[in-house]
Amino acid sequence: MTHDEVLKLLRDRFGADAITPSQFRDNQRVTIPAEYVLAVLETLKRDAGFDFLSDLSAADYLHYPNARDRFGVWYVLANTITGMRLVVKTWVNDPDPTLPSVYALWNGADWMEREVYDMYGIVFEGHPDLRRVLMPDEYTAFPLRKDYPMRGKGERHNFAVITRAES
Amino acid sequence: MPLQLADVIAPPEGIDQEYLWTLNFGPQHPATHTTLRLILTLDGETVVKAVPDIGYLHSGFEKLGEHLDYNQYVTIVDRMNYVSPVANEIAWFHSVETLLGIELTPRCKYLRTIFAELMRIHDHCLSCGAAALDLGALTAFFYLFVEREKIYDLSEAASGQRFHPSYLRLGGLLRDVDDHWVDMVRSFVKNFPKNYGDVARLLNRNRIFIERTRGIGILPKDEAINTSSSGPVARASGVVRDVRRDNPYLAYPELDFKVVCATTGDCYSRYLVRMEEMLESIKIIEQCIERLPPGPVNVDVDSKVVLPNQTSVYRSIEGLIQHFELIMSNRRWQTPVDEVYAATEAPNGELGFYIVGDGSGVAYRARTRPPSFIHFALFPRLIVGHQISDVVAVLGSLNIIAAELDR
Repeated sequence: MTHDEVLKLLRDRFGADAITPSQFRDNQRVTIPAEYVLAVLETLKRDAGFDFLSDLSAADYLHYPNARDRFGVWYVLANTITGMRLVVKTWVNDPDPTLPSVYALWNGADWMEREVYDMYGIVFEGHPDLRRVLMPDEYTAFPLRKDYPMRGKGERHNFAVITRAES
Repeated sequence: MPLQLADVIAPPEGIDQEYLWTLNFGPQHPATHTTLRLILTLDGETVVKAVPDIGYLHSGFEKLGEHLDYNQYVTIVDRMNYVSPVANEIAWFHSVETLLGIELTPRCKYLRTIFAELMRIHDHCLSCGAAALDLGALTAFFYLFVEREKIYDLSEAASGQRFHPSYLRLGGLLRDVDDHWVDMVRSFVKNFPKNYGDVARLLNRNRIFIERTRGIGILPKDEAINTSSSGPVARASGVVRDVRRDNPYLAYPELDFKVVCATTGDCYSRYLVRMEEMLESIKIIEQCIERLPPGPVNVDVDSKVVLPNQTSVYRSIEGLIQHFELIMSNRRWQTPVDEVYAATEAPNGELGFYIVGDGSGVAYRARTRPPSFIHFALFPRLIVGHQISDVVAVLGSLNIIAAELDR
C-alpha cells in the first residue's frame, strides 16, 4: 500500500476535512483531531498494515511560533514488512488534556503513554495502569512542560530527608 | 485515576495471598548492573508477578536537550547508552541532519558506519558477556572485555576520549582519522574472530548455559511486534526488521550484510542473534575500511553548519565571522520551523530522535525513543512463571541500560 492509498483510505472513511496530510523531508505526516485518534489508528493498523508503534510522545507548544494548540502528541507508526513509516499527529489542550489510550491496539504504548502522562500530564483514558513512571509518585508538577523551569521549582524541599535509622 | 504503588504490588486476583511473598530486587543489586528495581511476588521460587519500578537514574536529559544547542547536546546523548556511546551520537545527528537537510560527505558516511558497527560489537560484547557472567560463566566476560578494551582504544585514537568520545559534530566529525587508526581497525578486524571463537566455543554448546537460557523468557513473534520491541530482541523472535535495511541511512545502502534472525524468542536465541550480529558487523567494517573514500570529512564550510578550521578563524575575516555566527547563543543555526522523526539501528534496537525545530539553534523538543525503556516494559510478561534465578537471565538478555532507560 503506497502513501497515497493510505491517505485515500483515511479520507474515504473519515472525510477529507478530518485528515490533514503534510510532508517534511522523508516524514509523511497526517494531522487529525483528537476525537478520531483511536478510530484512525485502528484503521491504520487493521487495514493499512501499520502493525508497529515505533514511538509515542508529546511536546508542549506553549512558546512555539504560530502554534494554536498547547500539546501535540505524535504516534510514529511503521510497517514491519515494507518498512514504511507514518507519523500521526494530534493536538490536545488545557485544562484537561485527554486522549484515548491505544494500549488495546499496541501493548507497547503502555510505558510510552505513562511517560507522556508523567512529563506533560496528558491523561490517556482506558490505560490499565496510568502511574508516573520516571518521576517519584509524590511529584506534583509535569517537568517537561514549557512553563516548568529547567532548574525545578524547589520540589526537593517537599521530600523529607530519611535518616539511615528510619529507612 | 492514577493508581498507587500499593495497588500494583498486591498479588494477582484469584491467588491465595497466604503463601506468596514479596521480594525487593534492586535498585542496588549486582545482577541488575545498573540502578533499576523490581518488586517480585513469589510462590516459593516461582515468579507470580513482577512490577518494575524505574526512575532512579532520571536526570532530565530531554529537558536539557531543550536548552543545549545541537552540538552541545552530543555530550548528553553520549551518556544515554554509555555502553555504545557513538551509536547514540549517530542517531542524534542523523535526526538533526535530517531536520536541517544536510547531505554528509562520503568519507564521513563511511567513518560513521564503521563507528556504528564498532559500537554494535562494543555493546554486544558487554551484553553477551554480562549475560554469561550473571549465569556464572565468568571467563567469557573477560574474553569479551579484551575486545571492548580494543574498541575503547579505537575511540581514544580517533577522538581523544575513551568512554564518552563526543566524536560527532553537526555535518561531520570532530576530526578526521589518520592512517594509524585505519591500521588499528584492520588489526582489530583481523584478530577479533579468534577471541570471538573462544567465547562461542565456551558458551554456544555449554550445557549449563543452554539449560539456564533455552526456553526462558519466550517472546512470541506477534507479541514482539505488538509491544514495539526492536533490534536483537525482536529479531530473536522472528521479526525480520532492521532499520539499516528498511530505512537505510549512512553508507548502508552500498554495503552487503545479512539481517540475523532466530525464531524461538527465548534468552538463548537472543544471545545467539547478538553473537551472529557481531560477525556481520565485522564484515561491514571490513567492507567500509577497504572502500573508505578520501576527501573532506566535514560538509562544505560555505553551508554555514560546520565550524571553520583554526587557521581560517585566525587569518581570515570570513572565517572569524562564521565562527562567531555559529558560537554566539543568539545566532547559531537556521533551522526550519518543522519537526522530524529519524531513527537508526542502534545495538539495542531502534534508537530514534523526534526533533521539533523552532528556527533557533536549540531543539524545541528533543524526544528520544529509547530501546531499553521499551524493552524493560516487556520484562513482567517474560518472567512470569519462571524461577527467581531466571530473573537475571532475562534481564541480561534484554540488555537494559539504566541511563538510557531513565534518561
